[in-house]
Amino acid sequence: MTDRTYGTRLPGIPTGELAGKLIVIEGADGSGRSTEVALLKEWLEIEGHAVVDTGLRRSTLVSEEIDRAKQGHTLGATTLALLYAADFGDQLENKIVPALSAGSTVLADRYIYTLMARAIVRGASRDWARHLYGFAFRPDLVVFLDARPEILLHRSIGKYGSLDYWESGMDLCLSRDFFESFFLYQDRLAREFEWMTREYDFHMVDGNRRPEEVHTSVRELVAPLYGAVKKGRVRRPGPPTPPGPSASA
Amino acid sequence: MIRENPSPKHGYPGRLFVFEGLDGSGKSTQAALLGKWLAATGYRVFRTEWNSSELVSSTIRRGKKKGLLTPTTFSLMHAIDFADRFERTILPPLRAGYIVVCDRYSYTAFVRDAARGCDPAWVRTIYSFAPTPDIAFYFRVPVHVTLQRKIASRLKINYYEAGMDLGLSEDLHDSYERFQGRIKKEYDRIAVTDKMTIVDSTRAVEPIQAELRSKVRPILQGFPKGEALLHDG
Repeated sequence: MTDRTYGTRLPGIPTGELAGKLIVIEGADGSGRSTEVALLKEWLEIEGHAVVDTGLRRSTLVSEEIDRAKQGHTLGATTLALLYAADFGDQLENKIVPALSAGSTVLADRYIYTLMARAIVRGASRDWARHLYGFAFRPDLVVFLDARPEILLHRSIGKYGSLDYWESGMDLCLSRDFFESFFLYQDRLAREFEWMTREYDFHMVDGNRRPEEVHTSVRELVAPLYGAVKKGRVRRPGPPTPPGPSASA
Repeated sequence: MIRENPSPKHGYPGRLFVFEGLDGSGKSTQAALLGKWLAATGYRVFRTEWNSSELVSSTIRRGKKKGLLTPTTFSLMHAIDFADRFERTILPPLRAGYIVVCDRYSYTAFVRDAARGCDPAWVRTIYSFAPTPDIAFYFRVPVHVTLQRKIASRLKINYYEAGMDLGLSEDLHDSYERFQGRIKKEYDRIAVTDKMTIVDSTRAVEPIQAELRSKVRPILQGFPKGEALLHDG
């Protein structure tokens, strides 16, 4: 059965319905993801749900290699994309799936979408990236925190004291100027997230607002997953369609 | 940019000769001999082997110790390794007009990952960045012959090569035969679908080498010689 994944069966992984919910918070660096993940975790736990939070590059298998590669900048684009995929695969199989089987809610601070966008702006084709991550489990909900580049810029400077090398896409050599590179890079990423919005059923949330306001919107999207309709009409994510080869870039 | 003599298979000015087969099928011996001969004939040759690099083997060791590796991550680890070698050592000489002799290529991943239960279409997509070779030799030999050769040369059978992680058998030799049997079956299948050149590798070294030389001569017709050069990568 491939119904729980985006099309590729995972050998040795239970195929039936898993009890837990998989909620993904996506968005650019500075979109308020981490704050929202913390608020959402807190709220879900108070509501009585067991929550396991996970992010990118936290697995034990290859995270050291990724750090080393980033320091030396020695790996080619394809190799680096595969390294991230292996890291994600490790987390999926050793952390996310077991937690879902145990009935926990898995709260993912970024997921395959960021990895795909990063790989594509570095030269991978959309088709290749989509198939590469075909083994990923379909989330029950993907929230995308959408924030204007100017907001991202200020939050990024506030967070690092300067612009981060990787979040500015300096490795792409778009510009020697950090400030300019940041905008060019974020613009390219945004273009990738745009086509994913429809294909992967993103629920857009205005991330230009204050954290409490963002959180209220996210709660409205999350609550129906647990059978509680808080107020108004909140759409449950429809049955996701598998990415067809015809929908290529 | 070198744009002369583009290969009809992949468009690069170099040529790509691939050697595939089970461990102990004799492909490495043959690849080394062919590389020597090509260089002696006056071609620029770049020979490269795909064995586990330090990056991958250290990760695999760690993963094995912690019981973290699954067929999917195992497959991805090898893909990382191949991509790194490809970007670093296969593509540049291919673009520079060398004859690149590859001891193992993406087919190794296709057969091994299939034997581990990975989705073949998924594996193929991952490796889609690897160009189609000008010729891919498959050294066909029964599994028991490779096992005898291994035992005769006192080579240790490694855990993953025997597919011990799949729990096919408690016994190393038994597991090896079963797992390599699966791989052979997959090789036999893709040799046809991928139009590989099948070489009967139960024979002696010399007739096989003679056959290989006769097979590559037509491919190299009109292919320029340079200052003869053999690089073993």
